[in-house]
Amino acid sequence: MILNGLFDQELKAINIGLQSFKDALDDAEFKCVQVDWRPPAGGDEDVLAALKALSGK
Amino acid sequence: MAVKGIIKTGEYFDSVTLMLVARSLTEMESVEDATVVMGTAENKEILKASGMMLDEFKDTDDTDLLIVAKAEDESVLDGVLERAEVLLKESKEKKASIGEHLPKSLEGAIEQVPAANLVIISVAGRYAGDVAQDALEKGLHVMLFSDNVSIEKERELKEYGREKGLLVMGPDCGTAIINGAPLCFANVVKRGDIGIVAASGTGLQEVSCIIANEGAGISQAIGTGGRDVKEAIGGIMFIEGIKALAADEKTKVIVLVSKPPHPEVLEKVAGVIKDIDKPVVAILIGGDPEVMKGAGASAAEDLEQAGLIAAALSRGEDPGGFRQQLDRRAEEIKKQAEEEAGKMKEGQKYLRGLFSGGTLCDETQIMFKEEIGGVYSPAPVDEKFKLDDIWKSKENTVVDLGEDEFTVGRPHPMIDFLLRKKRIVEEAKDPETAVILLDVVLGYGSNMEPGEELAPAIREAKEIAEKDGRHLAVICSITGTDQDPQDRKKVKKQLEDAGAIVMPTNAAASLLTVEIIKILGGRK
Repeated sequence: MILNGLFDQELKAINIGLQSFKDALDDAEFKCVQVDWRPPAGGDEDVLAALKALSGK
Repeated sequence: MAVKGIIKTGEYFDSVTLMLVARSLTEMESVEDATVVMGTAENKEILKASGMMLDEFKDTDDTDLLIVAKAEDESVLDGVLERAEVLLKESKEKKASIGEHLPKSLEGAIEQVPAANLVIISVAGRYAGDVAQDALEKGLHVMLFSDNVSIEKERELKEYGREKGLLVMGPDCGTAIINGAPLCFANVVKRGDIGIVAASGTGLQEVSCIIANEGAGISQAIGTGGRDVKEAIGGIMFIEGIKALAADEKTKVIVLVSKPPHPEVLEKVAGVIKDIDKPVVAILIGGDPEVMKGAGASAAEDLEQAGLIAAALSRGEDPGGFRQQLDRRAEEIKKQAEEEAGKMKEGQKYLRGLFSGGTLCDETQIMFKEEIGGVYSPAPVDEKFKLDDIWKSKENTVVDLGEDEFTVGRPHPMIDFLLRKKRIVEEAKDPETAVILLDVVLGYGSNMEPGEELAPAIREAKEIAEKDGRHLAVICSITGTDQDPQDRKKVKKQLEDAGAIVMPTNAAASLLTVEIIKILGGRK
């Protein structure tokens, strides 16, 4: 199946970041849900690295 | 000139918020310039280049927010910095109230829309790779708008995506159209049977608009990000995109758009298209078309030709038919060039191209190189013509104002016309300027009123020239359709009313410019 059947499905998007990209999809009548995203570990790189190490990623 | 700044530690704001705040500050009376950026090494380099780097910023890092303003009169600066803090606080409060009902994570969003199939990611580059990996692991296709993702991470994501049958469009992918949905910066085009794979954002926009304006339609337009066709990535998603379109029943014609790929990638692409039984049209801007021709593709010389050939193939017509159409227009353009050049004063001889689309800027440079000679640019196609000072044009010059040096702390020039308007007026003051060439890119994500924005600057530029007894040609191309939210017809009229010559494509606008500069003596 090409790209897991993507071309035969209705496009449903999740938007992480700039709100205007969701607005465009809303305007064109496509389903899109916005995530209220914040940097992990409050943006602290050291804490982030420690969390990644703990989760094995 | 006085410069003053403050550091806010541990504050997070998205880039658009920071840009909007910076813009509000820049518009304050007596403020020469103002920037609000995170303290990344790259941002600090750019602050240094624009004379806004302060000693106290030296030890800051990615998690520090730097606010800095420049003014003749030092006494206004405290007020500017205070205003910045107020604006940031307001934005935070507004966001918090909107954000209350939104999912906080990808998992939360999937719970809300279990049938979600694609994630658009535009968070800061240092987080974007991990967010994309998470999305792929959850079986979702990815459109990665963010840049500053390492090339190693890009390869990892794309290898994983290929293995799982998932698209990884980007990093630094500005536009795509999937199942008719406009993703990020995309134009409103009707659905049809032409599929595009592009490693160039504005290239994809220009070709898809030309196809739409010819009455044909787009099945899918897959962006890959410009680095996909480099050696380190090996064209992974470019090739997966081609294979997907080859297998897609709704796609009858395939168009490939890219800057010249690495030779090994080009060979791989050629190997794939040899076995495809659908017509393939390729435009490799500035690249050697022979390999593509050898693989059975129609090789276009510019983006316009690629669009016209694809539209003809879609209609079942002779793909070479466009030549007559373009030859006729070339004759008209020559006449128009004679008229324009005839009105120009002695000493006026150079082009000043102020672009918002990188690929369009390259396309113009290449047309000039072939017809007249090298063009100075911060990103020249010929390294001999590297512009020393990006803020000051020299002889024939084209700049892509979307390059990183110009966009730190500012929205992209497709959104914010401030920098371009200033530069239009500056170029008009130079008695050697003959033509100011502009691209106007419409579509979702771009400025909603480009005609209204540019018209006053065009009028002012023409008046400056006229007062000095010069005739200045302002030539614009519009990348867009009549269905775009900005409405191409309306924008065209606004620009023409301001005295600009509006051409249907960048190739046509560049050709008119080339003809004028040739007549004026250029550099040949």
